Amino acid sequence: MKRTHWILIAAAAVVVAIAAVAVHMMMAPPDDLDMARSKLSEQKFYLATVAPEQEPLRQGELHAWVLTLATPDNKPVEGATIAVDGGMPQHGHGLPTSPQMTSYLGEGRYRIEGVKFNMAGWWELKFAISAPPGDDRVTFNLVL
Amino acid sequence: MRAASTRFRLGAFVAVSMLVTGCQPTEFSDAEKQTIASLALSALPPLPDDPTNKVANDPAAAALGATLFFDTRMSANGAVSCSTCHLIDRQFQDDLPLAKGIGTTNRRTMPLAGVAWSPWFFWDGRRDSLWAQALVPMENPVEHGGNRAAFAHFIAANFHDRYERIFGPLPDLSGVPANAGPLGDAAEKAAWDTMTDAQRGDVDRIFSNIGKMIATFERSIAPKETRFDRFAAALAAGKEPQGDAAFSNEEMLGLKLFIGKANCVTCHNGARFTDNHFHNTGVPVVAGLPEDLGRETAVKEVAADPFNCLGKFSDAGPAACGELRFMVTAGEALTRAYKTPSLRGAADRPPYMHAGQIETLEAVLDHYATAPAAPSGTSEVHPVTLSERERGALIAFLRALSG
Ligand code: HEC
Ligand code: HEC
Repeated sequence: MKRTHWILIAAAAVVVAIAAVAVHMMMAPPDDLDMARSKLSEQKFYLATVAPEQEPLRQGELHAWVLTLATPDNKPVEGATIAVDGGMPQHGHGLPTSPQMTSYLGEGRYRIEGVKFNMAGWWELKFAISAPPGDDRVTFNLVL
Repeated sequence: MRAASTRFRLGAFVAVSMLVTGCQPTEFSDAEKQTIASLALSALPPLPDDPTNKVANDPAAAALGATLFFDTRMSANGAVSCSTCHLIDRQFQDDLPLAKGIGTTNRRTMPLAGVAWSPWFFWDGRRDSLWAQALVPMENPVEHGGNRAAFAHFIAANFHDRYERIFGPLPDLSGVPANAGPLGDAAEKAAWDTMTDAQRGDVDRIFSNIGKMIATFERSIAPKETRFDRFAAALAAGKEPQGDAAFSNEEMLGLKLFIGKANCVTCHNGARFTDNHFHNTGVPVVAGLPEDLGRETAVKEVAADPFNCLGKFSDAGPAACGELRFMVTAGEALTRAYKTPSLRGAADRPPYMHAGQIETLEAVLDHYATAPAAPSGTSEVHPVTLSERERGALIAFLRALSG
């Protein structure tokens, strides 16, 4: 009987340890993640909207996005320079590719080519925008 | 009586602990089922087109490519072909830590099943098409040890008509030296320098076409269905897996760990168990080999390769070159980053890693559990506690990816 108790206690300790590790490692994205595809940039210079050219997003495939920039009073922003960055905050790594703004499509719309998400999980897509209203940044969250 | 109650309590405990640890064998959450389905062979997309290779789907090119793949005359000593290292009955690899051609390579031979689904080639991705890849071993002094002028003459002498039926008329090679190439020994380089631009262009064209034919053959080497795929198919259909599709409790636990706590699926994802990307996983250096920085060196090499997607031997325009145009060209993440290998069939082909550094699957799991610091750059692997039972389970699952 005594021996059984001992085994039970030891085994229970192992169970707790394993459960703790499991919770720690299986990184689910935070529940309150802002998934908006349209938002004001950090300094509120721009109203930025993103949309992938094709949905649903497919893991591992190179694809393009359209970033639409307007002023907060909804006038299209022309002639912007855009740098693209991003990554997986929970894995500490960046994007697997280096996407670029490749063409201006008119009406504040910019084509961003070369985007790829090679893993499932929470991704950030960040844009550094430089145009007459000022330099600003905006970050979008995606979950694959 | 006493024994019976002990047994009952132990049994109840096992049931409870399985619930708590999430190891109860037969249950997968909906999210897990989705992940499992994404790993099954049925999730493999159709064979991607290769617009850089206009004969990529031409059966005559595949047939001649296959002949060349196995032809040992395609080497400086008449003894080496692609199949010297990529053995057809060994998953197109050679079971060695470092490959042996005319000499010894600095890396391990890669298996070829499903290679045509890959955007980058070699452990470090220093080529961006299957045909540009094939040209490298042909001129590597420790592999085939050949030179492109000799290869062009070889085709004209031995496969004249078959070549012309695929690519049209061969150019006149009468003024081209028997041995010449920009990457060869001093004499071959000197001979290459004496050639006219037109002659060099002719030779490079034939050379690249040899690569295209071999690539077309390699496109037919597809991954095979495994026990795991049969299990996954039954799971997706909501049926009880039958016969060899039924997984043991150990295999189920291994699968659950692979897609869960052990985090393997972050990199080994999709039906080929690879994200087609490059990661530093802290694999040790091999004493005595030249410095190997993996992807860091490769990005410069592929950008400068005259046979890359943007070069004049590619049959596609820049629109087809997204991988090359948008590749990451700088940053610490490239240092000692290597392509995630497929794990299909891996259990049957030790040793492991880009230079065969790790001999067994047991040792691979030790590596992931301890996550040693990288020799240079930073390892992306985080240590994970794996019990003996869990290691055994992961290995049992990896074995279900063979046969
Ligand atoms: C001497 C042995 C040897 C010979 C001969 C050889 N290979 Fe390889 N192969 C290797 C090694 C080693 C690697 C990995 C090299 C590296 O990453 O630097 C490799 C890599 C490859 C890859 C990349 C696979 C991937 O997933 O990226 C392909 C494709 C390939 N070889 C095809 C060929 C073809 C085609 C030939 C004949 C023209 C050939 N090999 C001749 C040893 C050899
Ligand atoms: C951060 C991405 C990443 C994670 C996470 C990861 N792997 Fe890997 N795996 C790789 C890369 C990259 C290599 C090749 C490394 C090299 O050769 O330097 C590799 C190699 C392997 C190999 C050797 C295959 C061969 O052909 O050489 C096995 C087996 C393997 N991994 C299994 C696992 C298992 C099991 C897990 C989970 C415990 C796991 N991997 C987690 C990226 C990863």
